Amino acid sequence: MRSLVDPAAAAGFLVLGEMRPVSEALHPVSLELTGKARELADRRAAGGGCGTVTALVLAGDRLPDPNALIAAGADRVLLAQAPAFEAYDAAAQARALAWTVEREKPEVVLAGATTNGRSVLPAAAARLRTGLTADCTGLDLDPETGGLLQTRPAIGGNVMATIRTSAHRPQMATVRPRNFPLPAPDPNRRGTVRILDLPEEARAGSVCPRAFRRAAAGRGIEEEDVLVSGGKGLRRPEGFALLRELARALGGGVGASRAAVEARWIEYPHQVGLSGRVVSPKLYVAAGISGAVQHLAGMQTAGTIVAVNKDPEAPIFRVADLGLCGDLYDLIPRILRRLEE
Amino acid sequence: MELAVLVKQVPDTDDVVLDPEKGTLVREGVGAILNPLDLNALEAALEAKRRFGGSVMVVSMGPPQTEGALREALALGADRGVLLTDRAFAGADTWATSLALAEGLRRLGPFDLVLAGEKATDGETGQVGPEVATLLELPFATYVGGWEPREDGVTVERVVEEGTLEQDLPFPCLLTVLSHLNDSPMPTLEGKKRARRAPLERLTAPDLGLDPQELGLSGSPTRVVRIATPQVARRGEVYAGADLEAGLDALMDLLAERGLRASGRGAA
Ligand SMILES: Cc1cc2nc3c(=O)[nH]c(=O)nc-3n(C[C@H](O)[C@H](O)[C@H](O)COP(=O)(O)OP(=O)(O)OC[C@H]3O[C@@H](n4cnc5c(N)ncnc54)[C@H](O)[C@@H]3O)c2cc1C
Ligand SMILES: Cc1cc2nc3c(=O)[nH]c(=O)nc-3n(C[C@H](O)[C@H](O)[C@H](O)COP(=O)(O)OP(=O)(O)OC[C@H]3O[C@@H](n4cnc5c(N)ncnc54)[C@H](O)[C@@H]3O)c2cc1C
Repeated sequence: MRSLVDPAAAAGFLVLGEMRPVSEALHPVSLELTGKARELADRRAAGGGCGTVTALVLAGDRLPDPNALIAAGADRVLLAQAPAFEAYDAAAQARALAWTVEREKPEVVLAGATTNGRSVLPAAAARLRTGLTADCTGLDLDPETGGLLQTRPAIGGNVMATIRTSAHRPQMATVRPRNFPLPAPDPNRRGTVRILDLPEEARAGSVCPRAFRRAAAGRGIEEEDVLVSGGKGLRRPEGFALLRELARALGGGVGASRAAVEARWIEYPHQVGLSGRVVSPKLYVAAGISGAVQHLAGMQTAGTIVAVNKDPEAPIFRVADLGLCGDLYDLIPRILRRLEE
Repeated sequence: MELAVLVKQVPDTDDVVLDPEKGTLVREGVGAILNPLDLNALEAALEAKRRFGGSVMVVSMGPPQTEGALREALALGADRGVLLTDRAFAGADTWATSLALAEGLRRLGPFDLVLAGEKATDGETGQVGPEVATLLELPFATYVGGWEPREDGVTVERVVEEGTLEQDLPFPCLLTVLSHLNDSPMPTLEGKKRARRAPLERLTAPDLGLDPQELGLSGSPTRVVRIATPQVARRGEVYAGADLEAGLDALMDLLAERGLRASGRGAA
């Protein structure tokens, strides 16, 4: 089936910016992707293609600061407001995104691989009858065709697949947060800002929002630079108080294995792994976690991995940069004391 | 209440084989199971049936041996199993998969509620649920970690980064569920007996009135062009027993070296 957008007419990059429910600010991934799109668009322009970067933000009451997007690399910022966008109604956002893409005809559409991006983009791709690559960690341009090379981990992080969308436009991808660096803002960049006047069908809601309950931490574990995770080896819920102390000393948050969540020592949003969240912090500390494949699937891409486990054969040691083999109730306090020194 | 559950058969092992030319999964010779996260979708459907009556249909697209996954679902309590199977479906990306599943559901329905897993453990895109919903023009909710079904709709709790989002959806709609929603169903003796006897229905591409050109690999906008096994170099130093003091030193150095702590060994 042909894509709604004619490949011959497609040009430029479009980044879907994301407003956050609690902090009511732009998600950092929106700036990361604007910066990455800028870099790719400049290369596309050098090869004779179109180098325009457009950022689209679907917001509620609060609008983002468009200058942040321009300073990160956008040439144009499109803003649209509707109650359904504020309520994170994915189908409504997908209709608005598809409506905009049909008119703007970008060759590439990028969004963060957040819970919202991973819900909106597939629905928009289905409307636009085009392909979508999930959860990318690498983006490049094919030197010959100028097409987007999208690389993503799959099968629990055991393979990296590079995916191409050849004959359909736009080429769409969700990209992991914290994967590309935040671009250094360039205050001298110029750009235009336009408020979109969406028709009713591109702004109407499809679900009825009821409530938003803020997580205790206020932000997701995938956003932490440092994550200290605990597993069944903690043996009791109070173990997490100790891990929180270490997390605080390192300036990070707390994660958990599924076994710890199932024991009800900590809530599900903290679960790392296949059936929890995929995280990629700078530092991941695993305490009392054996390192089952389903857990590794959620943290293998962390910058540095430290494991504390009393079993020398625990598989977690095989993926760790540094392992401390011993009782965590002895070792964590000793680490804390060292950090205080 | 008419319920449909989308279930996928996935490789059982961690060492799955990929066809280096086509970049698609080689399924022959690899043990296969029902995608574990789909068990939670099935349990949700069974719970709705227990409360409101009706029937649960499991639908899968896959090669003939996917029957095994469907029989497993029947043993767990599903009433009917339908397999969409045809050579033309092979190598489908999420768009082509969703196209076939949506057309199957359109012909098998109408359904009040369609349930899918958050993601499949092999492809892991999590895109099939929202794409099927869109093709069927159904309202949908993803990352459902809590719910309250009613006769005519459902209240869901979506687990997102900064908290939980409560939404009401009218029927018909589609939900993709987290494993956290419920405990996986357990097979019953009666279910197992029924699963052995129960006829499985099969639908081919012509049955669905779909053009083979628009299906499978040829109908897929995306193509896997390269597969690589990532080699992350980890230091892998493990300290134990009498060496633990040295291990703590090494940890402080590592934190300092990677910019995770202001200075090296502190006062030492
Ligand atoms: C479909 C599916 C999805 C799954 N999804 C996930 C997921 O998302 N996330 C996840 O984590 N798991 C997941 N699992 C479960 C996974 O297979 C493991 O069962 C789980 O990760 C084990 O958790 P654990 O390491 O905390 O517990 P265990 O495997 O019991 O390990 C406990 C560890 O603690 C150590 N220990 C004990 N006491 C001490 C002590 N005093 N000091 C130091 N070390 C100690 C032990 O040596 C052991 O290595 C999933 C499983 C399936 C089938
Ligand atoms: C390494 C690799 C990477 C890939 N990357 C991409 C990619 O980025 N984009 C892309 O479009 N395709 C991709 N594919 C193809 C994709 O895996 C297939 O299209 C697959 O059929 C469906 O996607 P999924 O496994 O990601 O399912 P998901 O979307 O993760 O599955 C979510 C839920 O949808 C339902 N479901 C999924 N498949 C079926 C089915 N066959 N029958 C019934 N219900 C089902 C289940 O309820 C399941 O829990 C990739 C394949 C491989 C091997």
